[in-house]
Amino acid sequence: MSATAAAPDLEVDRAIKRFGEHTAVDALSFSVARGSFFSILGPSGCGKTTLLRMIAGFIQPDEGDIRIGGRSMRGIAPNRRPVNMVFQQLALFPMMSVGENVAFGLARRGVARAERTRKAEAMLERVGLGGAARKKVDELSGGQRQRVAIARSLVLEPTLLLLDEPLGALDLKLREHMKIELKQLQAAFGTTFVYITHDQSEALVLSDHVGVMNRGRFEQLGTPQQLYYEPATPFVAGFVGANNRIVGRATSVAGSDVVVTTPEGWAIRARASAPVAAGAAVEAFVRPEAATLARSAAELPAGQPGHTGEVESLLFDGANSAVLLREAATRFEFRIALPQTGRYADLKVGELIHFSFEPARAACFPAGAAHG
Amino acid sequence: MDDTAGPAWQRRLMVGLLLAPALLWLFALIVLPHVDLALLSFRERTAPREYVTSLAQYRTFFGEPLYWHIFVRTAVMSLVSTTLTLLIAFPVAWTIAKLARGRLGTLLFIVCLIPFWVSETVRTLGWMILLRESGVLPGLLVHLGITTVPVELLYHDATILVGLVYTSLLFMVVPLVSSLESLDNSLIEAAYDLGGNGLSILRQIVIPHALPGITAGCIVVFMLTLGNYLTPTLLGGTSSQWFTEQIYTQFITRFNWEQGAAFGFLLLALSTSMVWLGLKLSGQRFSDVMRRT
Repeated sequence: MSATAAAPDLEVDRAIKRFGEHTAVDALSFSVARGSFFSILGPSGCGKTTLLRMIAGFIQPDEGDIRIGGRSMRGIAPNRRPVNMVFQQLALFPMMSVGENVAFGLARRGVARAERTRKAEAMLERVGLGGAARKKVDELSGGQRQRVAIARSLVLEPTLLLLDEPLGALDLKLREHMKIELKQLQAAFGTTFVYITHDQSEALVLSDHVGVMNRGRFEQLGTPQQLYYEPATPFVAGFVGANNRIVGRATSVAGSDVVVTTPEGWAIRARASAPVAAGAAVEAFVRPEAATLARSAAELPAGQPGHTGEVESLLFDGANSAVLLREAATRFEFRIALPQTGRYADLKVGELIHFSFEPARAACFPAGAAHG
Repeated sequence: MDDTAGPAWQRRLMVGLLLAPALLWLFALIVLPHVDLALLSFRERTAPREYVTSLAQYRTFFGEPLYWHIFVRTAVMSLVSTTLTLLIAFPVAWTIAKLARGRLGTLLFIVCLIPFWVSETVRTLGWMILLRESGVLPGLLVHLGITTVPVELLYHDATILVGLVYTSLLFMVVPLVSSLESLDNSLIEAAYDLGGNGLSILRQIVIPHALPGITAGCIVVFMLTLGNYLTPTLLGGTSSQWFTEQIYTQFITRFNWEQGAAFGFLLLALSTSMVWLGLKLSGQRFSDVMRRT
């Protein structure tokens, strides 16, 4: 490749795709750095599959351009792009053996039989399937098929590997396992991965950068940490990770310090993530783990406004256990993560408990901003 | 357990009763006549009302070059017709299964079905109206200045093939459509994505997937063509030389049932061996293929 190391492997430049009245991808621009793992995260129908199919070449953008490795892909068919795709249902060829599946692309490039057999076997070895070349596709487990699908693409040494929710069809346990495996594979090969998913956990765990997509546009593009801790829009705050959503009015605004009062009259302090006018309708988001529990008000961290809640239910989920509270005066529902120490494991339903959170960790947005 | 015996016994009786009409039909209309025909084919008339068991009928067939010639010709023509039907039906089936969506697909299917609303005789006579010397097509050719005098388009081998392909098309399209519909589009996209082109995808993905359907269609069409009587006779006239005509002649014209029965069994042997050969060559199992038809 003649492109310099700094050149992005993928540049999408104001790409637009319309289907009749509906704009699936709306003037989207972004670039993906070489060797990075980029995820496009969004709910179904947000346009992420259309975007991926445009990059692969199955759909042509109505306007704008897509450059891969610095080269415009306008008018270039999928079989001539330096891009390969791992399909949602994997699309392994059932009429061929595992080895033939991996060697398929090499054969199409005119690689001699002996050479492609050797390459295919070496690639299978690298993904931990050494000796499986002669097996039939339906003899493999779900995770092994996944690896064959990736090997089949990576053996062609593409500039870009596109992955279309490849973990969607797997059961939970295998999905968790494959997440780690995908990350390790990407690190080992150094190929640029573009991954689409509606599962925020997959996007957070795997990616260097994530674009959160909604209605054909990116709501936010950033590192998983940025998305989680500094959501740019209410949609991102609501979509990425669990959040308590508190809808009300900004009853007082002083700089970025906002007091949000719910219609029931519960007032909390929050930080404005976007300009908020006094009296305007707003929504604030507080992560369950941002709040602290205490049996007495005196134990709460100093300087944080204290609240009181009644335990409504206990949601035990190992490390992700939480308690669902009702704010004592207004019955507003609030979820708080239980500390890992096992403290408060003895909470009883109906018990009154104090809680507080740092106002800076309650992100406040003007209401009515786009969210799904 | 005693209580399971009752229902199991009842179930077996139920299955037996449900199958009874089919079994009766199979026995009365297929097994019985064939047993009788088999017995007929193995006897020879030595004097009026005197018969002996012999292989004379089969010996006549092998000893008479004309019968041989017609037999081989029927087989070859049927093979050619089956191949042509496959080549024409495949794009049609592809269009119905993959390209036409919703109502258009149904419409195309009905278009394939419509010719079967009229009887085969009427359909074939329709071809005769089009193709005979004073017919529509020769007239058109003269009108367009392509030929100076009307040409006789009937009674050629090509005419017979046209009629046979037309008659069999639906029986090829149906299994092809069902086998192509079950082909996951993402397999085609994946092959395309990995660098495949139209031809390599057809050869390596589409045809291997559709092979049971292709085999099923070919078997049905071949058997129908081989056993067709009306189309070759009407479109080919005296020059058609179709083996079913020989059987007809033996039974009806010559009243030589023994010879006709022997011919019938030879045709049965031919179609059976061709089907077997087809399955062997395509590497398909009979049960898989029959599920597609």
